[in-house]
Amino acid sequence: CVSHSEPRARDGHGEEEEEEEEEEGCYQLYPGHIPTSPLQKALLAAGSAVMALYDPYRHDMVAVLGETTGCLALPNLRDKMKHHPEGYRILQERPRIRLSTLDMTRLRGLPDGTLGREYVRFLEDNKVSPDTRMPPKFVDDEELAYVIQRYREVHDMMHTLLGMPTNMLGEVVVKWFEAVQTGLPMCVLGAAFGPIHLSARKLQVLATELVPWAIRSGLNASCILNVYYEQRWEQSVESLREEIGIFPPPAIRV
Amino acid sequence: MNDSMTLGIHRVWKDILVHKMNPSPGTLLLDVAGGTGDIAFRFINYVRSVRERQLQRKLRHHQNLSWQEIAESYQEDKSKSLGDSQVVVCDINKEMLKVGKQRAQHLGYTEGLSWVLGNAEELPFDDDKFDVYTIAFGIRNVTRIDLALQEAYRVLKPGGRFLCLEFSHVSNPLLSSLYDLYSFQVIPVLGEVIAGDWKSYQYLVESIRRFPPQEELKAMIEDAGFLKVDYQNLNSGIVAIHSGFKL
Repeated sequence: CVSHSEPRARDGHGEEEEEEEEEEGCYQLYPGHIPTSPLQKALLAAGSAVMALYDPYRHDMVAVLGETTGCLALPNLRDKMKHHPEGYRILQERPRIRLSTLDMTRLRGLPDGTLGREYVRFLEDNKVSPDTRMPPKFVDDEELAYVIQRYREVHDMMHTLLGMPTNMLGEVVVKWFEAVQTGLPMCVLGAAFGPIHLSARKLQVLATELVPWAIRSGLNASCILNVYYEQRWEQSVESLREEIGIFPPPAIRV
Repeated sequence: MNDSMTLGIHRVWKDILVHKMNPSPGTLLLDVAGGTGDIAFRFINYVRSVRERQLQRKLRHHQNLSWQEIAESYQEDKSKSLGDSQVVVCDINKEMLKVGKQRAQHLGYTEGLSWVLGNAEELPFDDDKFDVYTIAFGIRNVTRIDLALQEAYRVLKPGGRFLCLEFSHVSNPLLSSLYDLYSFQVIPVLGEVIAGDWKSYQYLVESIRRFPPQEELKAMIEDAGFLKVDYQNLNSGIVAIHSGFKL
């Protein structure tokens, strides 16, 4: 279903952003949703995979790859959440981790070693913000769109709990953990092909120490989406790790 | 993006436009909505090569001159490598013009080019000024096409030519379905993957279908006062070149 709007004047080549009110079609399920045919999804999956590999800084391509290939893993994750008391609450309340909802001053004031303090330290050390996560566009189910959004926003928690920075090596380690945990094809591909951009020395550390630990932790840990992180800022990272089942990280500088 | 979407064929379309124009040295061209300079540069190349051939022919007739006189004649002709041809690039978008200027510098085009900010519906030029008016893949984005056509008529000299290169309609049903399939399934995906912008490329494809087909555009051009209006389909109507004269 294609929208029929009045022709409008465009600057230059007519390649400007449309206003947000204009609906993509009759089937828009949530704000930002772009309905796509199976062929379009297949082309998007292939194209985003190639582009993400070619230019790993295209985070939007990693996001698109996740959305277009997650049709089996996402319902699986949603069901895991539904059947867990904390996960069920998250699905009901739909919390969002973003700067406007976080009390950064309060978190910064928490004692060292708490989830809140270490999370803020992670954001500052790596100069990242929770607000740069892409909203989903190509997931054709409103609840699954939230699940993938939650997965993206919880990714920074993973960095904090695993003690991994946002450099290439750290990201690959987190991808291995997430691949085991979620089964999302995008994580599996990222884990398998991410190392292409690493030096031989880093590859060695990755293969001998970091990946085995990430896999062991991923298999041992309960579902990371079933933790209501926003209600556990005061909890120490160590105790949260134990509770979830993540083994202490190897003593390596990443 | 243009190369990706058209597999480079847009370059051929633009070449055909300039070849159809067949400008001679001394022509004054107004290229509207041509901010990045694609038509302008082709025009300059064409006129330069025509001029070179003219000079070569002249030399062949002067073979009785001394070698010193021949060397001197080079000096004169060098300053007129374009033969007084000029192209004015007019665009509504400052950024496009900036890109065009940078490309010109990068590619070594130093003379014969002017860059003017302006609106196709209300050109900042006087009547009866230009020999040729071109608009390549720009008229589709104009709100009042009739006004743009009237302005084109106004600024052209009597005897001047109007040329429009634009996406048009494919009448062959089989080709049309293939073209629609490609347009709606592949192009927005290319937009998302390469430019991170699905919506603009979805809009692009839809705007092509809303644009008047060949005969309708021909009638609009005639309404503006042009005579001997005709069109040439390229790639079975995916693109068409419309031409008209102010007589």
